[in-house]
Formats: sequence, structure tokens, C-alpha cells
Amino acid sequence: MVRPALGPWARAARKLVANRAAMAALGLFILIVLACLAAPLYADYIAHTDPFSSNIDGTTTIDGQDVALVQPSTEGLGLGSIPLGPTWDIRNFFLGADAQGRDVAARLLYGGRNSLLIAGASTIICLVLAALTGLIAGFFGGITDMLISRLLDVLWAFPIYLLAISLSIVLISHGFSIGPIEITSGSLSLPIFIIGIVYVPYVARPIRGQVLSLKESEFVLAAKGLGVPDWRILWRDMLPNVMTTIIVFVPLLMAINMLTESALSFLSIGVQAPDASWGTIIQDGQDLIYTRPWVAIAPGIAIVLTVLALNILGDGVRDALDPRAKLRIT
Amino acid sequence: MASSTPASASPEAKAPLLEVRDLKVSFRTERGLLRAVDGISFRVDTHEIVGVVGESGSGKTVSQMSVMGLVNDPNAVIEGSILYKGRELVGLSQRQLRSVRGNEIAMIFQDPMTALTPVYTIGWQIAEQLRAHNRLSSRGARKRGIELLAEVGIPNPSITFDRYPHQLSGGMRQRAFIAMALSCNPSLLIADEPTTALDVTVQAQILELIKRLRRDFGSSIVLITHDLGVVAEVADRVMVMYAGRIVERGTTREIFTDPWHPYSWGLHDSIPPMEGARPRRLASILGSPPSLLDLPPGCAFSPRCPHRFSRCTEKPALAGTSGHHAACFLSPEQRQQARAARRRPLKEAS
Amino acid sequence: MFSLLIRRVAQMVFVMIGISILVFLIFFATPGADPAARIAGRNASPEVVAEVRKSFGFDKPLPVQYAVMMKRLFVDQDLTSFVNRGEVVVPEIMGAAPVTLSLVLGAAVFWIFGSIAIGLIAAATKDSFLDRLLMVLGLIGISMPVYWLGEIVNLITQSRLHDSWIFSWVPPLGYTPLTEDPWLWFKSLLLPWITLAILYIGLYGRVLRASLVEAGQEDYIRTARSKGLSESRILIRHALRTSLIAFVTLFGLDFGALVGGSALLTEVVFALQGVGRLTYQALLDLDLPVIMATVMYASFFVVFANALVDILYGILDPRVRVA
Repeated sequence: MVRPALGPWARAARKLVANRAAMAALGLFILIVLACLAAPLYADYIAHTDPFSSNIDGTTTIDGQDVALVQPSTEGLGLGSIPLGPTWDIRNFFLGADAQGRDVAARLLYGGRNSLLIAGASTIICLVLAALTGLIAGFFGGITDMLISRLLDVLWAFPIYLLAISLSIVLISHGFSIGPIEITSGSLSLPIFIIGIVYVPYVARPIRGQVLSLKESEFVLAAKGLGVPDWRILWRDMLPNVMTTIIVFVPLLMAINMLTESALSFLSIGVQAPDASWGTIIQDGQDLIYTRPWVAIAPGIAIVLTVLALNILGDGVRDALDPRAKLRIT
Repeated sequence: MASSTPASASPEAKAPLLEVRDLKVSFRTERGLLRAVDGISFRVDTHEIVGVVGESGSGKTVSQMSVMGLVNDPNAVIEGSILYKGRELVGLSQRQLRSVRGNEIAMIFQDPMTALTPVYTIGWQIAEQLRAHNRLSSRGARKRGIELLAEVGIPNPSITFDRYPHQLSGGMRQRAFIAMALSCNPSLLIADEPTTALDVTVQAQILELIKRLRRDFGSSIVLITHDLGVVAEVADRVMVMYAGRIVERGTTREIFTDPWHPYSWGLHDSIPPMEGARPRRLASILGSPPSLLDLPPGCAFSPRCPHRFSRCTEKPALAGTSGHHAACFLSPEQRQQARAARRRPLKEAS
Repeated sequence: MFSLLIRRVAQMVFVMIGISILVFLIFFATPGADPAARIAGRNASPEVVAEVRKSFGFDKPLPVQYAVMMKRLFVDQDLTSFVNRGEVVVPEIMGAAPVTLSLVLGAAVFWIFGSIAIGLIAAATKDSFLDRLLMVLGLIGISMPVYWLGEIVNLITQSRLHDSWIFSWVPPLGYTPLTEDPWLWFKSLLLPWITLAILYIGLYGRVLRASLVEAGQEDYIRTARSKGLSESRILIRHALRTSLIAFVTLFGLDFGALVGGSALLTEVVFALQGVGRLTYQALLDLDLPVIMATVMYASFFVVFANALVDILYGILDPRVRVA
């Protein structure tokens, strides 16, 4: 009996689904995304808190008694006040309050939305730009390739964090306006744009390499010999082959971008107030680290879980599509 | 089983160098048990060159690799007996096997470019083998290594000793590899398709070298190949394998002038003839080898055999006289008739 | 060979010039801000701003401004910070360099040994529980933000368990030069070393395991086994040696980047006044002269490490050497 042959995509998908670790990771990731999406539901209906307005003089009820959210104290780094610690009660300041009296648990969920959004959007931007650059440089060769490669070389040599920080500092203090495009300084588009650009050289290089070797392969030479126009070769022959590389990059790049965004936010040059992200919450918790450590610990755990899930999923995707790929970005 | 010894050896029956009895190698896969080697028995005497012929999947390589315990797959199941100089090799610990490998039994592989570690010089790799089994200083190992390279016919051996594998031509690489394999004077050399990856002219040189090995070094050689020409050139005895079983064996002369098994006939017929009229179509054996997961009951070749008959649903044992055996139920008379029938259609077609 | 070297150096110079132009453009030419005000600092008076504008020649065209800045940095070497007035930039960087070097070198020692050990053990016990455990630990190492890990390490060692015997030796955050007090130097760096190394151990351990496993499938490993060599010799002398090629080249790139200042997050969290921290501080203060100098310093190391790695590749892999 002859079983019908599956196409390569179907075979890869089947292999991925059979990978239990990868599926568990995917499940965890989806769970995290859903939890963060449910942030407003949580804040309004379960915790009944407003995680964005400062609430230093507020109180909350625990076990029938009124407790101040922020109390004077001489502990820790001598800031003079100490917020409420974790109550471990899901309906009421589960992880306690931060220095501004805000509900950490609710902020965690809201912050997660931003962290996930930025990671995802910057990944898309990066992959689109890198694919374009890699395809054009690799396929057309000659001067185009030389120019693009030189530019990529320069960007590549610029230490990533320094580039990201430089761009962030300059753009965030004054916003960004070129012609019709105007982005205000507090907008989330800024970190998305910056993180999206910074890793383009790292992703464009392997793509360009792959295009270079594909260019010499017989089916491309055959198409050229038949007189097929360049753009069509790019679209119908090159792109699908480069797709595997691109798809493998998706979870891995998301993980890296999430870590980069959290670092930038931690350094106060990523997401700006009043928005929050997991990185900014860790920054909030920095001064409280010795007295109310959970403010800093919780978002870190959230990042670790998300990035871990993305990494495991990324391994699974790579094994399914191209086990021999040696892709490494940083 | 009487051995067929070359005329120059002593007339008394000598103990065989290697005696394999009922060797079975199977692999557990998710689709069932794959029988790569299905109960073969053979022997190799001293000073003998034995050819093992078969197509890919016949089990020729796996059977010889398991002699040295080189089948590394955790899903492999090896049964049977492998006696080397009277010592049982199946079931030996890795440490015990290591004293045999490279020292008593050595192996030559098909592609010397990938079979040599690219980051070390040839000399370093030869010295490594020497010093693994002998107490030698690095200077002594170097001296011996250069001698060995000279003995296998490499010009400028002291320069070649310090070269990297990628710096040598294919033929030189294979010679160097043979030098390395011989470094500890093994009594048995197993050569797995040693000439397949080489140019034809170089092939001839390597085969000359292999013949010389028996003469000058006294080693026995098991030569695995799919190429009948190589076997005819070099081997004393031949074993033909198909689907993990031995289907015919005998002296080279017997196998080439008077083959008994229909598969052997198919192999011979598929060699394009050098004389006579040019055939309109190259002969080939119809059909394809069976899946090793799913062997037919009885003779493994019967689905493709034009001479099969009712008895072939039983598994044939090797039968014959004084060294020439075939696993086939055809009686000598049936054999003659079948052979005659095969030759006629070819003649008529020309 | 010589022409190759010349070409390489030319490429390095080209890249560094490119980077300096890029930095210049980012800080001087981004639309929407007055560079003079930025340089003078956030709270500068109008007189200072005017002085800055004149001395940096902001009324002159951009290329001229660029040339003036480069001259002050490299030729006159008198470029001074505008935030810490009078602090000359180049010596300031040179003072911070030993701190970063101490941090990165120490971490590198941990991460090399750690990742080789993990990679070897995992490959040797392939698919066993130990192998899987090591790989998962490696994954966790990669998934942790390094600054967060540092915060937690501080939490445990400076605060929570500081009084217990395990961590009572931990000094307060900060750096002590090696020449001043070697033992204190060591104690203050030990935890930052481990924190920085964890990420790289995870990454390199996994990469090494993958390439060892791949090498294990190669023909030359089968040959080595048929020669009668022991499994450990095969693993280390043949598989590892061949895998080290990729390992060392990756290491060179990461090390170069770290020395140049990419360890800034670790430096910030552990209060080490290294080049990374200096860079970050300058960026926050928009102290342009320092930014220019530190970014050039950092990119020099990246570019230099790249070139060094190419040479190393030739040494380690004889197939690549020019005959």
C-alpha cells in the first residue's frame, strides 16, 4: 500500500505537532497571551483596581480591616515609605502594591500586553525589512549588493545595545517626524520601530547567504533561461525557499526582542510612563528590591516563562523545518 | 565445511582466522523489526582475500561492521557468533573490543576525504593509532608512520606525513588511510568499497596495493563492493549477498565461470558485454530489492526470479559441494536448462 | 597574504568611519531637536548654549561639524565632557576600561569552562535525563534578563541571606582595583562574574552540544572508533576539536562586544564603574563627547574582534588556510 506523500509544509507541521515539548510551550505562550489580553477584565471585575493612577493615600480592605497601601517606614533603601506586600489573594492586591500604591498584579497583566505587542510587532518589522534587504542584495548582486552589505556591516559592528539605546534616547526625548510620518515621544511605536531595525543586519545576513546559494541552483538558472522576469523569480522561486528561514526566526526573534525591550524599559528608555511593560515594572521594583522584592521578581518570572516558551517553540519549529539550520543572532 | 585454500598454502585444514556463524543483525524501528543481516555464516582464512558482493541494502556493510562491534545504533540487536582467532567477539565489552579494533582487525572506508579527521595531519592520525596500541615515543611513531606511507607507495612520505587530508589527492588519501589501517599489523583488514569514490585509473592502483598487502603483509582481506570487476580482479573467494542473506559463495573462478544462483546470473548479465554483437537493450534484473521490514517467506529473491517454482516458498539453505554453495532449490539439471534458456533470447535479439 | 591584510584593515577603518558618521547623524541630525541644547545639557543657561553653538560650529555645515569633532577626539585628544566639566574624555574611558576588563575576563573564564563541560557531558550522555536536564537549564539561562538575575542575586546575597555563613563574605556593591586589594577585588566580582556567565553558559553549552552531536555522525568519528580509540578520546580529541572551530569564533565575537561595553546591564546592577556604565550614563546625560568616544571605543573592539576571529578561524581549521 502506498501512502500519499505529504507536501513539505504538511510534513513539517505534523512533525511539530508531534513534538510534545514544543506544543506545551505553545500552550504556555497562548495562556500568557490570553491572561494579558484579559487585563481589563481582571482590573475591573476581579481586582477592582486602577493600575494606572497613583494611589499613594489609598487604602484597601484585608480581612475586614482597612490597610493603607503605602506606609511610612525606615526599612530598605531609606525611601521613607513602604508599600503593601503581597496578599496572595487573587481578588485584592495579589502581589501587593508598588511605591505609587498601584496594584502590581493588574499592572503585570497590562504591562504584559505592551511587552507582547512590542515583541511581536518589532519581529514583523524586522523580518520584513531583513527579508527585503537579504533578497534584494543577494539576488541582484553587483553594486546594490555591495552598498547594502557595506551598510549592514556598519550596523552590524555597532554594538546592538548601544545602537538601541542611542536611538531610543534621541527619539524618545523628542519624538520623530519625517515628512508625513510623525511619532510622538510617548508612543509605543518608537520602541517597536527601534527594536525592529536593530536586529535587521543579523537576520538579513543568513537570508542573503541563502539567496546567494539559491541563485546558483538549477531551478533558478532554468527559470532565467526561460526568460522569466526577475521579480517573478523572486516572488515565486526565492521567497518560498527563504520562507523556512524566516519562519524559524519568528519565535526566536520574538524572544530576543522581548528581552531587548525589557532591558530598554528597565533603563527607562523603552516604554515610557504612563504605559507599563514588564521591564518598567522591574525598574519600579528596583528601589523596593530589598523590602518588597515581589514587585521586581514577578515581571521577571513572566519574562522568563514567555521567553522560555518561545525558545522551546523555536527549537521545535527549527527541528520540524530544517534541523540543520545553525541560526544564531547575537 | 571444507575450506578452499589457495594452492600455495599447506594442504592441512587450518583453523580459520574469522568464523562467523548464523549472524543476525536487526534494527528496532517504529515500523517494526528491520532485518539487515538474516543469519549468515562464513569464514575467512589466513592469507585470503574474500569478496563480498551485493547491492545497497544487501547487508554486506552491516555484517562486516558488526564484526568489529562498530554498529553503534542503540536500537541494534546482534545475535550469533563471531569467532576471531578462536575468540568470541559478540558480547565483548567496549574495552575488550578496543584492543581488537585497529590492532587485530582494521577497517578501510569508502570516502577517505570524510573518513579522516580534517583538523589533524595524516601523520598525527597514523601516530595516534600506533600509540593507542603500542608503546612508542612520538619520534618512534613518526618514523614508523613515514615507513608505512612509503610502503603503500606514497612518494615523499616524510612531507606527506605532515600534510592535512584535504591537501592530498583522492588516491593518495586512500593510500594514506590504508597505511594507517595497517600500522598495527592487523591480521584481518575489512575494506568497505575502497575504490568506489576514486577515479578508474586510481582504482587500479589501489587494487594492486590491496593484492600486495596479502603478499607483503600477510593480512587477510574482506573486500566489500558492488562492483563485480573489482572482485574478479582481486578476490580468491566470493560471497554474494542479497536481502541480508548469502545467496551464493565459492571461489572467484567458480562464481564467474559457473554461477549457480539466478541472482548471480542477473548480476553477470547486467555487465555490458565487451565482445560479440551489441545488445539492443542493457539487461537488468526486473523488480527491486524487497523491504527489509517485510521479507517474503521463503527465498528472498523469488519475487524477481524468472526461474521460481513451487518449492521457492520455503527458505533455501546454502547447499552445494566443496566450497561452492548456493541458496537455491534448482537442481543441477534445472540449473543448466535455466541458463540455456537465458542465453537464447539475448542471441536472438542481436 | 599581505594584500589580504591590507584589505581587511581598510575594511575595518571604513566600518569605524561609518559608525562615527552614524553616531554623529543620530545625535546631531535627528530632526526635531537643537544639538547645542542637547550638548550643553538639560539645565544649561542660554549663555552656555550660545558658547556651545560657537565652539562646536553648529552654524557651520554638517560635514564641517563632523570633521571638527573628529579632530578634537583623535588629533587634539582634548575632547572634554560637557556634563562633568573639565573631565577629559579619553582618560575617563581608560580609567573605566580595567573594570570592564576584570568583569568580562572573569566571566569569560566561567563561561568557557562551564559551557565546555555542559556541552561535553550533554553530548556524551545524549538523550539521557542528564542531557535533557542540562539543555533545559541552558534554555532557562538564556531566557533570563541578565539585569533581573543580577537584582535577584543582590537580593539574596546583599539582603536576605547576607547574614548567613554562605554569603556573609559578599562586600557591598562596587569595584575595588586589583592593585589596591586583590582579595576584595575578587570578592566583589565573583557574583557579577557568575551572573554574566550564566546567560552565555546556557547559550554556548547548547551550541556546543549541537555541534558535538552533529560531529558524532561524521565518518571520521567512525574511523576513530575503528582505530580502537577510547570514547573519551574520540569525543575530546576528534569531535570537540572540530566543534571548537565554531565555538571559538562565536566566543571571539561575543567577547569583543562585551569588552567594548555590552556588559552595561551587569555593570549598572552591580554598581561597577566600567565602560558600559560610563556609556550608559553619558547617553542618559546626552553628554555627546563621551558618547562619541565610548561608542567608537566599543565599535573598535567589535570590529577588531571580527578580524581576530577570521584569523583564528584560519589557525583552527586547516581547510581554510591559504596554501
